[in-house]
Amino acid sequence: MQNKFFKQFAIATILAGMACAAQAHKPWILPSSTLIETDREAWVTIDGAVSEGLFDLDHLPLRMDGLTVTDPDGQTAPAPAATMSKFRSSVDLKLPKNGTYRITLAGASVMGSYQLNGETKRFRASAQTADKEIPAGATDVRRTTTVQRQDTFVTANKASTGALKPLGTGLELVPVTHPNELHTGEKATFRFQLDGKPLANFPFSLIPGGVKYRGTLNEVRLTTDAKGEATFTLPAPNMYWLSAAYPANAPRGPGEQGPADTKRYSYSATLEILPE
Amino acid sequence: MKLSRSLALTLPLALPLVSNGAMAADLTVKFELPQLNVAEYHKPYVAIWIERADQTVASTLAVLYDVKKKDNAGTKWVKDMRTWWRKAGRDVELPMDGVSGATRSAGVQTMNFAGARAGLDKLPAGDYKLVIEAAREAGGRELVRVPFTWPAKGKLAASASGKEELGAVSISVQ
Repeated sequence: MQNKFFKQFAIATILAGMACAAQAHKPWILPSSTLIETDREAWVTIDGAVSEGLFDLDHLPLRMDGLTVTDPDGQTAPAPAATMSKFRSSVDLKLPKNGTYRITLAGASVMGSYQLNGETKRFRASAQTADKEIPAGATDVRRTTTVQRQDTFVTANKASTGALKPLGTGLELVPVTHPNELHTGEKATFRFQLDGKPLANFPFSLIPGGVKYRGTLNEVRLTTDAKGEATFTLPAPNMYWLSAAYPANAPRGPGEQGPADTKRYSYSATLEILPE
Repeated sequence: MKLSRSLALTLPLALPLVSNGAMAADLTVKFELPQLNVAEYHKPYVAIWIERADQTVASTLAVLYDVKKKDNAGTKWVKDMRTWWRKAGRDVELPMDGVSGATRSAGVQTMNFAGARAGLDKLPAGDYKLVIEAAREAGGRELVRVPFTWPAKGKLAASASGKEELGAVSISVQ
């Protein structure tokens, strides 16, 4: 019984991705290269996993249904279906045009609770199926919707900005500095916005991969200024996981107090900082 | 007192150099390509350029690669000199007359650049770096920067050193 519960929990964890993953388990998408310079066909492989060690394959594959690719002209299309193996999901993407592509995995999940016959029941669901989870006669319904987005950026031959236009919905990173032109020691500027409005005094963090080889996390914690921007000197070369959440310090799990319907946002991006 | 004395000393030296910059400036770059005890050795590709204080490229002096390869195919890997490539290389056509050259063997190498060709005669006064980048197939990549001030106060000589792909690097202008 216990076992079955955990199994269901694990599946729900993948579905809900970041929102309800245990703190240490990070969902990520990782491109095989961020800059492909070739005079032949350009391809990139995107891996996705939920892991304990950042970019390690140690826990579960990431469900990548709904992965989209925005091409250098700004056109967004669904990615081909990913192959799911034991520890990771993978999809190969052909990059027919020169320029920068944005690869995005976005979704929303709901965690909630209600009272029925004097008992408290909890549920997890996608945003679409949440209503079906609540039976007739349920009272004191509370739900927390988490809107998630993960981005990574890949350039074929020459960087461009057509795919970098902000969506204007949800929590997002607006890369003022091109995300495929990040070089150690140089300055970069990132902006964060929620539903198209800049987020002032908003915290985010960058963690470099390979934590297990160095022991320390080496997390870089930054905060945006009044314009919603942060300008900083780029740290050592590595693949980095940028993450942020709004509201910034919301507790995990469904809210016991406050409004019955709350909305949270989580954002992450996999970015490569290259040597000079 | 001390300050005015040193000013008095440097001014007469600096002024003739400014006015006769084109005549005076011949740049010599001496660099060491270390003998490496590795399983697979190929002579490194080397780029040499002058960098402005804001790290942009003022002038590419030399790009050493497999210039003899058919159909200009040796240029395929010049992008392995990542720093030069993204700051200058991707925007130029190779071969470049007077800039493209053959790779060099391990040991101390010397290259001379006439002031007019190297663009030294047109360089505005300021702080610069001579940058040399070596990238080796199946090996590493390293950059060495030698800072200098232009125009030189008297005879210019400066040096720096690499760790792995490059040994001692020195420059002189006379």
